[in-house]
Amino acid sequence: MAGTHAAGVREPLVHLSRRTGMPFWKSWLIRLAALAAGLLICGAVAFILIEKLRDDPGKLGDFYCAFIKGSFGTSRKVWKMLKNLAILLSISLALTPAFRMRFWNIGAEGQTLVGVLGAIAVDFYLGGKIPEGLLIALMFLAALLCGGVWGLIPAVFKAKWNTNETLFTLMMNYVATFLVSYFLVIWVPSGSSSLAKLKYGKLPTLVNDYFLIVMIALLLTIGLYIYLNYSKHGYEISVVGESVNTAKYVGINVRRVILRTMILSGVLCGLTGFLIASGLDRTITTESVGGQGFTAIMVSWLANFNPLMMILTSGLIQILNQGAAQISQDFNVSGALPSVIVGIILFFIIGSEFFINYRLHFRHHKTREAIR
Amino acid sequence: MKKIAALLLSLILCIGCVSVIAEPVAQENIKLGVILLHDELSTYDLNFYNSVMEAAANLGLSEDQVIVKRNIPESEACAEEARDLVDEGCNIVFADSFGHESFLLEVAKEFPEVEFCHATGTMAHTENLPNFHNAFASIYEGRYLAGIAAGMKLNELKAAGKLKGEKPLMGYVGAFTYAEVISGYTSFYLGAKAVCPDVEMKVQFTGSWYDEKEEKAAAEALIALGCDLISQHADSMGAPTACENAGIPNISYNGSTLESCPNTFIVSSRINWAPYFEYLVRQKVAGEPIATDWVGTIQTGSVVLTDVNTAAAAEGTADAIADVRDELLAGVRHVFDTAAEGFITVNGEALTSYMADVDTDEAFTADTEAVSDGYFHESEYRSAPYFNVAIDGIELLNSKF
Repeated sequence: MAGTHAAGVREPLVHLSRRTGMPFWKSWLIRLAALAAGLLICGAVAFILIEKLRDDPGKLGDFYCAFIKGSFGTSRKVWKMLKNLAILLSISLALTPAFRMRFWNIGAEGQTLVGVLGAIAVDFYLGGKIPEGLLIALMFLAALLCGGVWGLIPAVFKAKWNTNETLFTLMMNYVATFLVSYFLVIWVPSGSSSLAKLKYGKLPTLVNDYFLIVMIALLLTIGLYIYLNYSKHGYEISVVGESVNTAKYVGINVRRVILRTMILSGVLCGLTGFLIASGLDRTITTESVGGQGFTAIMVSWLANFNPLMMILTSGLIQILNQGAAQISQDFNVSGALPSVIVGIILFFIIGSEFFINYRLHFRHHKTREAIR
Repeated sequence: MKKIAALLLSLILCIGCVSVIAEPVAQENIKLGVILLHDELSTYDLNFYNSVMEAAANLGLSEDQVIVKRNIPESEACAEEARDLVDEGCNIVFADSFGHESFLLEVAKEFPEVEFCHATGTMAHTENLPNFHNAFASIYEGRYLAGIAAGMKLNELKAAGKLKGEKPLMGYVGAFTYAEVISGYTSFYLGAKAVCPDVEMKVQFTGSWYDEKEEKAAAEALIALGCDLISQHADSMGAPTACENAGIPNISYNGSTLESCPNTFIVSSRINWAPYFEYLVRQKVAGEPIATDWVGTIQTGSVVLTDVNTAAAAEGTADAIADVRDELLAGVRHVFDTAAEGFITVNGEALTSYMADVDTDEAFTADTEAVSDGYFHESEYRSAPYFNVAIDGIELLNSKF
């Protein structure tokens, strides 16, 4: 090899090596720098796209303030952000056990939606006919059951026939969406497919309408952290995730772990569905989950599958979303711009993980070293 | 005693609210908040956006007197954004999508001093909330006029021997089997029938208000079935694009699609919401109450047609539309004319009576007789359409939406 090297085969300009043991503060410095760089580029893009900014560059201050104003401008906005964070966090938490097992469940959207559907179905048929407490309890159980079943179906196929879970769970999202369309046709005889907000089945108000949702998400985070890190189940999930053969060797029933974990994943999605149905909307559309099932994948990954870190990542995403919506409102620009802004910033943040995990070696750098 | 005191207190509060509502607001203190389901990419929301901006310009409102919120789903999010608009100081909050209604209604109860106005909704006249209002327009008249253009185009094709089948056949892409859509395609069909008596129509539903792919596919399917002309009631560019690609004439909705479809676009009807927004601000400034149900008409400038594209339309279309428009305005012609022999029939029989579901209730009971004086009284007993009769000559290809 050395011979061919000497014969002048060009070494690649850059090569990568895995980096370990970067100090905590340094990795966070990189993340913060990435966020700052993302924000800067956003400002530049906005400057090009928004006429009002071009006319009056002084408004760039307003542009950046909107990120704070969007989530912290009024106490109502703070609660809205916390609630949105809680819902996104709950779905992300639901995905995490499966992800730790390297089971790529991208069906959280559908699993949550059928949870909403289950709860709303109970509310639709039984609302006002049985005591409110019992109604809410039944809505809760129906949501968990529906979510669990939706998670179990792809798991059964994976465990029995080793089907590709990514495709399977993805397809189940569409089935869930059409199931909702189907029931809306039945439930709304006027043909509008728009179910007005139901009168019954409202989650009790504690402090305000959102407090309970936030508390449930918090408890869920702590509970899942303990389950994944300190329980036998959690350990089994990690082993199956590391290597199925190792798991088999040490006598773990892999099939059972897959099924059990996916039921848990689905049930937790169903729980979030219940929070959406009973705590917020009390109606259903095909958009009731609104893509959060997909955003949750990113939240879980960015947090390295650590439930506590997910509070940060889901918070970051919601603050960006609300800030971007505020920009759209304040500068009266089309709804596509917020997506561009959030996209740019996320690109930088995801990119920074690369630089935290890998070291780049440049060719000239090396030759200089050789000379020395 | 406590009860009486509470009653008195609430009475005083109530009177307080009414007087607050009736109090004039200086125009510079008006703040209008607008909640849109999608953004400018949807022709439906774009139409509202343009109307708000037109009204603001006509009234001389400054930029910060209008706040637009885009992409607000039909969920608790609508209530959240409505409350946020109140926090921002809005005294008129408007939402544009049917499914927003029950959420907006909830917020209306929380803020009696703010006016909440909702397009296409049905609940205001039964809820009796002084600060909650519905609005729509007699767009069936606009569709009828657009139908005249369609009928004339079919006559032209017939005369030139260019019909695909024996009888002139139209295709219609609809969103849902809902009164708003049924009223729309029926009035369009009747307009065409008024000038082209043997016309028939096939309707394909998409089950969505905005689904470009589905709408395009539906239009292509209708063209493949031999339709000579297509119209639509759905909010994307799907159907017009399919028509332009296939060279089939198209009657559009929500606004002109001339730019993208220069060879096939004939004319488009649309609701201009600017008169409604102007009305809202004027009433508020004058301290006058806002109508519970407001219906925009040709007269108010709410029901409008775009310019006719002479490259695609039959000769004399613009003049014919103008003549019929005058007849509608004069009240000598009615869109849902049940008296004319063989014009509107159901299973071969004339339509002499029809109970419509005007008051919203959970069972969707038909409650109001809508046929009298020789025509169906659309949008008179509430602003949103309630004509949902299946008349002869229109075939629904899929009705499960």
